Amino acid sequence: MSTTATPHSIVAEGLTKRFGDFVAVDAVSFHVNKGEIFGFLGANGAGKTTAIRMLCGLSIPTSGKGTVAGFDVYTQTERIKRNIGYMSQKFSLYEDLSVTENIEFFAGIYGLSRDRIRTKREELIAKLGLVQEADKLVGALPLGWKQKLAFSVAVFHQPQIVFLDEPTGGVDPVTRRQFWDLIYEAADVGITVFVTTHYLDEAEYCDRVSIMVDGRIAALDTPTELKKQFGTGTMDSVFYELARGAKRGGA
Amino acid sequence: MATQGKKKRSAHLSHLLSFVRKEFRHMLRDRKTLLILFGMPVVQVLLFGFVLSNEVKETRIIVVDQAKDAVSQALIEKIEASSYFTVLTDSLPPTGITDAFRSGRIKAALVLPVDLQRDLLHDGRNTVQILTDATDINLAQTIEGYLTAIITDFSLADGMAAPYVIAPETRMLYNPELRGAPNFVPGVMAMVLLLVCVMMTAVAIVREKETGTMEVLLVSPMRPVMVILAKAIPYLILSFINLLAILLLSTTALDLPIKGCLPLLLAESTLFITTCLTLGILISIVTASQQTAMFIALIGLLLPTMMLSGFMFPIENMPMALQALAYATPSRWYYVIVKDIMIKGAGISALWQETAVLAGMTLLLFALCLKMFNIRLDER
Repeated sequence: MSTTATPHSIVAEGLTKRFGDFVAVDAVSFHVNKGEIFGFLGANGAGKTTAIRMLCGLSIPTSGKGTVAGFDVYTQTERIKRNIGYMSQKFSLYEDLSVTENIEFFAGIYGLSRDRIRTKREELIAKLGLVQEADKLVGALPLGWKQKLAFSVAVFHQPQIVFLDEPTGGVDPVTRRQFWDLIYEAADVGITVFVTTHYLDEAEYCDRVSIMVDGRIAALDTPTELKKQFGTGTMDSVFYELARGAKRGGA
Repeated sequence: MATQGKKKRSAHLSHLLSFVRKEFRHMLRDRKTLLILFGMPVVQVLLFGFVLSNEVKETRIIVVDQAKDAVSQALIEKIEASSYFTVLTDSLPPTGITDAFRSGRIKAALVLPVDLQRDLLHDGRNTVQILTDATDINLAQTIEGYLTAIITDFSLADGMAAPYVIAPETRMLYNPELRGAPNFVPGVMAMVLLLVCVMMTAVAIVREKETGTMEVLLVSPMRPVMVILAKAIPYLILSFINLLAILLLSTTALDLPIKGCLPLLLAESTLFITTCLTLGILISIVTASQQTAMFIALIGLLLPTMMLSGFMFPIENMPMALQALAYATPSRWYYVIVKDIMIKGAGISALWQETAVLAGMTLLLFALCLKMFNIRLDER
């Protein structure tokens, strides 16, 4: 019945969201392959957040078609939610809970069994090198560690797709680099990564990049192809070329 | 199919449980807030019970005795004998009274005329003058009431009244000693429940919006309704503990027994707690910051509860607009219910109207919650 057999993790065809007269997302079409790292770029107000919300099952589209992990964005939002992970630009763990408690809570709401949680939790804590800090409150950890922990928690239930909404905001370059190692690791085990960012050097790390302008997708290709198309050497100038024509939002 | 449904339900339950456990952790970890939440009702009950009292004790009064005869002497002794007054014995000319009032040395004065005894014997009546310091209206009225009662009682007891004087016999039902406790304990209950359920719930939910964790929860398979339910449960339990603490304190420390049926009182309280939780959730849905939520809860609910529930000021004396507002305040209905059960021993047959109003309000708020929640969810 479902279309899980297709190689695409995400399919959008003419996906549109209107708020009154305002067309936040205007007939967007694209697909994301399984295990791909897909960069979703755009200036503020370009419609990125609205698009992500539709794909995560938080907002029902006005028109168009879409499937996420093989499930319909209109009728199967519950199943979509069970198969995705999410990490937002705002830090998304509880600062007044310990590392262990945070992992347990988020794993719990994804319905993982207690035994599973316990073994996987130990593994994760060891992997992140947080054994000493396991019972410390998350609020006491440095931002870089928090961010890595937040990502690990977002993929703890082994989702098919993880949505990262500006995950590296306010993090120093070294930590950002380490964070991307975690992203690669997740992609290696077959998790599709859908990531938005304001750092254009990070766009280079993606397999493919789409750039949204005024609710539409203005460009979509590999970073190398995009640079060739626009005849420049950096993603920065590609983005600037596209974004300066934007009519809304402040870039 | 049936087993699948069952499995699904037990999954929802275990989600809910892990969520509730987390909420308790938040609550228990925030020691300061917890201390306030548990300390507040205790302090309030004790404060209202022992310090802030409407009751008048040992008011300083001067009796200007111009008669200086047997009758006046007897009357003064009677006043002195009551625990309400302390009679200052200095002899003052009537003009000196003003100074005594102004300096705050006395709160009341009683002037007995020269021919007190003669007039009483001849005409069977006389007029004495009572002066009170009305800068504090409540105090002045209470003093006047007490003093009049003593004097009336005196003239009747001593058989000095003419046979045809009609003396009204007043009985204060349910609270003959005019104690403050029956009035404020229900008031404090309404206030504390309101504070815990409305403000704390609203703040707890809005906090998740502020920190960004709400987004993560909404993207999870956890149903939004469950998220909110899980938030409300710990505060429900907390307010129940508070409720029991208040009742325990009022029955032991303040000697205010519960005349009516305790299960009924608890059931009505649960209804009010539900009303408050729904209100708290509604506030959390329409606000985006903890400050705004707290402000709305305090200004929009706590003040009306204190001012309009009839706990501090009688609703009957308010202008129409305020009366209408008072009837729209849930705590007003709860206050009446608690008072009637605790003090009068009323049963559900006497309270079904108030209960119906409260239940109706809760349903209305709940419907509003659901509607707003869905709108917000889509438009953010």
